[in-house]
Order: sequence, then structure tokens, then C-alpha cells
Amino acid sequence: MAEKEENIKPMTMAQKILAWHCGVEYLNTGELVNANVDLVLGNDITMPLAIEEFKKIGVDKVFDREKIAIVPDHFTPNKDIKSAEQCKYIRDFARQQDISNYFEIGKMGIEHALLPEQGIVLPGDLIIGADSHTCTYGALGAASTGMGSTDAAVAMATGTAWFMVPETIKFVYGGKLKKWVTGKDLILYTIGLTGVDGALYMSMEFTGPAITALSMDSRFAMCNMAIEAGGKFGIIEFDDTTKKYLEGRHTRPYKVFHADADAKYFKTYEINCEDTELQVSLPHLPSNAVNAKDLGNIVIDQVVIGSCTNGRMEDLAIAAEIIKGKKVNGRIRTIIIPATQQIYMDAMEKGYLKTFVEAGCAVSTPTCGPCLGGHMGILAEGERSIATTNRNFVGRMGHPKSEVYLSGPAVAAASAIAGRIAVPEEVI
Amino acid sequence: MIIKDKVIKYGSNVDTDVIIPARYLNTTKEEELAAHCFEDLDVDFKNKAKSGRIIVADDNFGCGSSREHAPIAIKASGIKLIIAKTFARIFFRNSINIGLPVIASPEAVENTSQGDELEVDLDRGIIKNITTGEVFKVNPVPGFIREIISSGGYINYTKKKL
Ligand code: SF4
Repeated sequence: MAEKEENIKPMTMAQKILAWHCGVEYLNTGELVNANVDLVLGNDITMPLAIEEFKKIGVDKVFDREKIAIVPDHFTPNKDIKSAEQCKYIRDFARQQDISNYFEIGKMGIEHALLPEQGIVLPGDLIIGADSHTCTYGALGAASTGMGSTDAAVAMATGTAWFMVPETIKFVYGGKLKKWVTGKDLILYTIGLTGVDGALYMSMEFTGPAITALSMDSRFAMCNMAIEAGGKFGIIEFDDTTKKYLEGRHTRPYKVFHADADAKYFKTYEINCEDTELQVSLPHLPSNAVNAKDLGNIVIDQVVIGSCTNGRMEDLAIAAEIIKGKKVNGRIRTIIIPATQQIYMDAMEKGYLKTFVEAGCAVSTPTCGPCLGGHMGILAEGERSIATTNRNFVGRMGHPKSEVYLSGPAVAAASAIAGRIAVPEEVI
Repeated sequence: MIIKDKVIKYGSNVDTDVIIPARYLNTTKEEELAAHCFEDLDVDFKNKAKSGRIIVADDNFGCGSSREHAPIAIKASGIKLIIAKTFARIFFRNSINIGLPVIASPEAVENTSQGDELEVDLDRGIIKNITTGEVFKVNPVPGFIREIISSGGYINYTKKKL
């Protein structure tokens, strides 16, 4: 699908996708540009503010009712009266503007799992979302990034947003992944290397044989956390895995871009996956990544398996494999949240939900819930949770004196059985 | 535009969850957001903000979520300016978009302490520490961004262009 580009200076994925959306052949890093976007996303926290700002601009209609997605997923099903009011406000707007990608409770899922699943975000797209984890869609070979509500408001009115063309850091993953290790472990390990601002303002390209071998779900988990390194985009190039994922799913044609072999990178990291162990990021930064097996006796009060990072089928399958036939530790709460209704149904058909409920887990309808300390599993003072979420900042899951440890699904599920942070080998 | 005020100083990686915890994001009302600003990081912030209206911080200020409620809560608390060594990307553009000035200057941050008095000339990019007498220069903001700020934010800028 990619056209042959001749006589143009080499470009990274970020440069190419931005240039295409500006209608120019070449863009240099550092340039400030105004680009056309393919989709503008907002949720029940950011959209009310975006709509208020949109109304101040003085246009009647959004630029394209099919290029806006509104997903009430954070405090839903409404956790209190104020949240209900916020949801009502965005629902009324969606109806009045006839927004085609509005997802009501019952159809709703966590936005960053839902939009790819529904084939709404595609390779080559330039996507902005009033949510920092909008970078997730880079896993499809798109340039996708989080912005604020005002940016979303202007984009809803004009179909454009301003960008600085970023530098790119290239990450090359070699070798074969160890048993139980997933994209989440790779990205926690990577953020451990870069630090939480190591990719500030930059695009991150994830490449190499280990990425080629990686499942789509794991790719989403990796690109999802680019923002935790400060990144603007987290991009994986389109390949056979992407193509297969999109079959029967994509809602419109798409365009495939590849980085030029001689493109200029700010920096390149080489990571050997043969050595990468299951990871855990200690409070209170995602960059505090350590090998899970080296942790001592860290007793926990709660396990959360879900979120836009790890609430997909692969994650539930791993958790079910570890939990099946066992009981979760009676002293702790284990909360499992499939990220979308489709994942919920697929997990039901596979028998995973039965496995979880029989083991003593609480299984929830899709919601962000405890990931951002909203509802459905808030921590009390002094409590500790291991979670497959993406942030472990102070107070992220509840009381400012509570703690969140981040991991992938295997460590979270093993910890649910052990009642302390554990690796699968300890409980199987 | 010249801003003259006292400094409230913070460290690195001040994230949007401590600027305004998610449990308060069920509203867009400025005064409600301001009432909880920094409450998980610094219980004394509201008191400090009575006499200091410039925040000075180390690296990666405003990291984490895209919530524009964070710069709104800070602005509605009376803060006039944030100077940091570096800013998280989304927080930086959100601040510009709502008309809250932000300046990246590692040098000025290194040489400023809690309670110092600063005089900052935004147009000329000059930061003067009145307490110590030191002066720091910063790169002028790109024209396009200056236009957004001088229009009073991205919404007004867009209105003018449409
Ligand atoms: S699951 Fe967590 S990180 Fe993802 S969109 Fe929801 S609140 Fe944000």
C-alpha cells in the first residue's frame, strides 16, 4: 500500500505520518506544524471540559461527526451524582452532534482497548485524544498521542492540531521471550532504562525480532506506556500480525508507512529479551522496575488485573492459566476487569470468568475504576496493591499513603494466590 | 508581561495525580479544583500560595495524565507562573492552551530557593532573582506559541482564525 518515495530525505515513522497529514513530502524534527487529524477522542473526565471549550469557539457543528470518539469509561457506570452529571453532559452533546462513535454503558469498554478492537483507529492515522494513553494506537503503526481538553476542543471544531515534529528513539528487541514474559514486562524494563522522562517530547519506535514475534495485545501494552517514559508516540510498524488483527475489523481503508532504513535517530537502545525477567515497578514511579523474582516478602492487600494496559484477552488467559483450580489468598481482594464487552464475552466463553469467580475473585464490568483511584477497589491508608495498570504515583489508587506495584498479568495472578508478590513458579 | 512574586519550590516528577487527585475530577469547576490542588503532595500549599505565586520545580513537572484540570487547579489557586527544569509534554501544552505561562530554565531553578522573590519578564525572557540579585536569560518562545498566549489561550486564538 505504501507508495514509493523518491528523492526525499530519510524519515522516521513520526516524521512520515505527520508529513502526510500536513500534505507535505518532508518534515524536519523540531518544526511546528498544524496537521489534519483522523480522530479526536475524549472520555467522561476530559470531554466535559472539551465541550465547554468547544462551545466558546462559536461553531455549531463538529468538523466531522465520524471522526470523534466519546467513551465514558473512567467513573462509569456512574459512581456518584457528579459523575452522572458529567456523563449526562457528554451524552447530550453526542446525541445533539450525532457523534457516531459514542459508546453507552453496555457497549462501552476502556477507550484504548475499545477503539482498536472496533477498527476505529488504523495504521497511518494521526490521532489525538484527551487522554494520555492515546499513544496505545501506535501499536497499529499510527501516530497517536494524548493532549488536553482544549486541544480536543479545537480539533473537534477544526479537524486540526498543532504538533512539534519529534525526534525518535529506536528500541531494538532481540532474542526470545522467557515463559510468562509479555509486552508489559518489556515496557517496564524499558522505562527502567530510560527513566520517566528519558523520551520526553520524543517518539519511541519499538522494533526487532522480539517485537515481530509479539502478539497484538502485548504490542498495545507496550505502546500504551510510552507516555510513562515521557514519550509523545510509541510506534510499532505494520506487519503480518497487524494485518491479521485488522482483517474483518477495519472500518475504512488505511495507509501503511515504514521508517526509512537510514532515518536519523536521537538514540538507539538494544535490549536482549533472553535476559528479561518478569518485572515489577515499585512505588512511586513506573521507572522503578526490578526483577519480580528478586523481591523479598512483600505482602499485599489487593490485586487488580485490568486497565487499558492489561485488560485484554492475552492477560486474562495468562491469569486464568495460573489461577485455574486454585483459590486466591483469603486475606486479600482480587479484582479482575475485562477491558471491553467483547473481551468480557470471549473470556466468558473460554471459561475464564468462571475460573476467576470460583477462585474467589471479583469480576467487574469494563471500567477504568481503580486504575486511577476512581472507584471499584480504592485503597485505604497503608494498603498495598499489585496491579496490571500503568501508574504507581502517590495516591493513584486511593489514599496518599497507599502503595501500587505495577506488573504484568502473570505476576499479578501469582500474587493473588500467594497473598504477596510472587512469580508463577511459586504457585504452580 | 512582568510577573513579580515569591517562590514555592518543589522537586522532580511532580505528577498530575498529586496536583489534582482523580477523586476530584468529577467536576470542571475551577474553585472546586483549586480547593484540592496539591493536597496529596503538600498540605500547606494553600497557605504558601497566599504569599508565593510562582512555582519553581525540578525535572518533568506535570507528568502523568492529560487532565487539563491540573493546570486549571494551579491557575485558579492564584499561581501566575511555573518555572521548571523540564516539563512533561502534555502539561506544557495544556498550560499554554489555558494561558498559564510556563518557562523551562534549569539554570534559574538551580539558583532559586523556597521563598525567594523573582521578577520575570515573559516577553524578553528574563528571570531576575531579586533575593540573590542573579539574572537568567531564557530562549524566547516560538512565534506561533507566543500568538496563542497573547490571544489569551488556544480557544481565543482559534476564534480569531476562523
Ligand atoms: S485504564 Fe487507567 S490509564 Fe487507562 S484510560 Fe483508564 S484511567 Fe487511564
